[in-house]
Amino acid sequence: MKHLRSIDELGASGLLELLQLTDHMAEINQRPVPKVPALRGRTVASLFFEDSTRTRLSFETAAKRLSADTLTFNVSTSSVNKGESLRDTVATITDMGVDAFVVRHKSVGIPWQIEQWTKASIINAGDGAHQHPTQAIVDCYTIREATHTARFDGMQITIVGDIKHSRVARSNIQAFSMLGAKVTLVAPPTLLPPDVSHWPVEVNHHLDEVIPTSDVLYMLRLQSERMSQGHVPTLREYSEQYGLTQNRVARLRDSAIVMHPGPMNRGVEMQIDPSDVKNSLIHRQVANGVSVRMAVLFDLLGSGANLGGQA
Amino acid sequence: MSKSVVIKGGTILNQNGELRADVRIENEIVVEVGANLKGDVELDASGCIVTSGFVDLHAHLREPGKEEAETIETGSRAGALGGYTALVAMPNTDPPQDSVAVIDFVREQGKRAGLVDVIPSGCITLGRQGETLAPMAELAQAGVNFFTDDGFGVQDASLMRRALEYARGLGVTLAQHCEVAELTKGAVMSECQCCTDLGLPGWPAIAEELMVFRDIELVRITGATMHFLHLSTARSVELVRAAKRDGLPITAEVTPHHLSLTQELLASYDPVYKVNPPLRSSEDIRALKIGLLDGTIDAIATDHAPHPRRDKEMSLDMAPPGMLGLETALGVVLAFGDLEIKDAVSLLSWNPARIAKIDSAHGRPVSVSEPANICVFDPELSWSVDLQRLASKSINSPYVGRTLRGKVRHTIFKGTPTVIDGQAQK
Repeated sequence: MKHLRSIDELGASGLLELLQLTDHMAEINQRPVPKVPALRGRTVASLFFEDSTRTRLSFETAAKRLSADTLTFNVSTSSVNKGESLRDTVATITDMGVDAFVVRHKSVGIPWQIEQWTKASIINAGDGAHQHPTQAIVDCYTIREATHTARFDGMQITIVGDIKHSRVARSNIQAFSMLGAKVTLVAPPTLLPPDVSHWPVEVNHHLDEVIPTSDVLYMLRLQSERMSQGHVPTLREYSEQYGLTQNRVARLRDSAIVMHPGPMNRGVEMQIDPSDVKNSLIHRQVANGVSVRMAVLFDLLGSGANLGGQA
Repeated sequence: MSKSVVIKGGTILNQNGELRADVRIENEIVVEVGANLKGDVELDASGCIVTSGFVDLHAHLREPGKEEAETIETGSRAGALGGYTALVAMPNTDPPQDSVAVIDFVREQGKRAGLVDVIPSGCITLGRQGETLAPMAELAQAGVNFFTDDGFGVQDASLMRRALEYARGLGVTLAQHCEVAELTKGAVMSECQCCTDLGLPGWPAIAEELMVFRDIELVRITGATMHFLHLSTARSVELVRAAKRDGLPITAEVTPHHLSLTQELLASYDPVYKVNPPLRSSEDIRALKIGLLDGTIDAIATDHAPHPRRDKEMSLDMAPPGMLGLETALGVVLAFGDLEIKDAVSLLSWNPARIAKIDSAHGRPVSVSEPANICVFDPELSWSVDLQRLASKSINSPYVGRTLRGKVRHTIFKGTPTVIDGQAQK
């Protein structure tokens, strides 16, 4: 594997391999000194053109635990603000000798476009509303860990909220279906893409109807600007129809689990504190983020290296 | 006395039929049609069609304002290589073509280049802002008879009605870029399953069709002459077909790219495929082709839209829409248009010359005493685009790697060869 840009590109076998590799990384992270020399001498550049806390920190932590060197490209202080083109930025950093770019950009397709300007591996950390593959791998790993099942055959996974603008949803729909889950999307029609008839999903506009049958309830963040754009009348109405309330939590199956990719919009899609939900995996999602990203970096850059030894 | 030019061994194609004969040209005029003619310059046309030079209703020549992308001279050269002898220059220049000064400048630059007739179009509204009418009478006196805000549609229905009423008084044609802007905010590609997958904001077909419908009804109550630019959807074709059946003075064009490329190409993330209106489905392409055959669509126009390389090296959402068209139009139309050669020439030359009201000099038959604006092309020659060899200053052609059929061999503008054997002469 040279790049990780979408779950489709990764494929089912690639996804399963990365999930297995993540087990090894999770073991390393349990050690008193959670660091190995596997990627010593390799350089990973984070290129974040959009704000991010957890994804960027999680990638940088992952790279450091594998002993890779890291460069952080901070857009607010960079030449991009002086009109430097994306091509020049990528070419310049490539000239410094990097082995991988971790890229987040508000525009769809950037991880594919920059391929023509660099020989480095490209990891998509989110492109517009298109893909966020490492988040999907984290979510699959987290469900596997909680349910102790390798595949999700027959599992009912419900994704709730702003599917239309969500790269997390697009990656997760692909990943969950690849592993055998039945995926249901719950949103008002204004927050769904205009045509999803070719996606392997069911669609329901009423959250209450699917609450009792869901094994996984995956809540998406609703950004407040969706209101001014006319996607929802008010946040209050959205919250009433599609938010996770105490009532809805009470109607979940005992074994059902609740997830959220963060950052949460408390009082909107999450009307209760996640710590009040018995099977909330939200903190596990963050913790597993580092292990998954170690697996991805090792898979892309670790040819010939092994995971033994101490840094 | 200028040199005489003879086109030898070709098949002359006129509206009233075909004829195998040589053509002799002197002093900008066809002086003789017959066998074994001799001249100072002899151009071989064996296996070729000899017909009237093409007329493009829709060329963005970018001068003044964006000379980095194209100039009137380089665009004219690209046009000549594509078999064109007249180009209608779109008014979205900087400054825009909403004053006599800019109109005169564009026309003069066209004359200076001397490769095609550059016909400046005028803006419908001042600065293409969609707020107040441009001085249309003044511009009409300066020779403009084709007005458009292309790039934008005139959003305000009341203003469009006034524009049509005013245009009727002047006897000029208004050309609309049909796009209801509220429905296409941030749109990058056609609204379809592919745009669902990519997470890109979609440009729905109805944004075009609503304005087509509105303007048909405005023509019905004003009686003005109206031309629809670059129609892209099946329903637009249906609406225009019905309007023509009602006898309304409406004409319409499609572009070569909307006849040959589909929306799924955007999944390559290559901004070369971003264009406005966007590439559509294969069903839309089928409907456009039926429209060409039954006369609903009158013309094929390029929407030649050069952009400098750095502008197309941006992300899909940031890159400007548009693609090159002048040098590839014939090859695309014959390769992908499913058209008889005569229909293709009709759509590329005879009809657009009438729509632009330049049919006293262009789109004329190749016969004695007619003005010598002539295109000679090989209808069977297969070729592919070489970006290094384009005459345009820009390289945003979507046809790299695709086989085209039909290539211009010679172009004669006002009796002088501008292209000989596929080479520009100046």
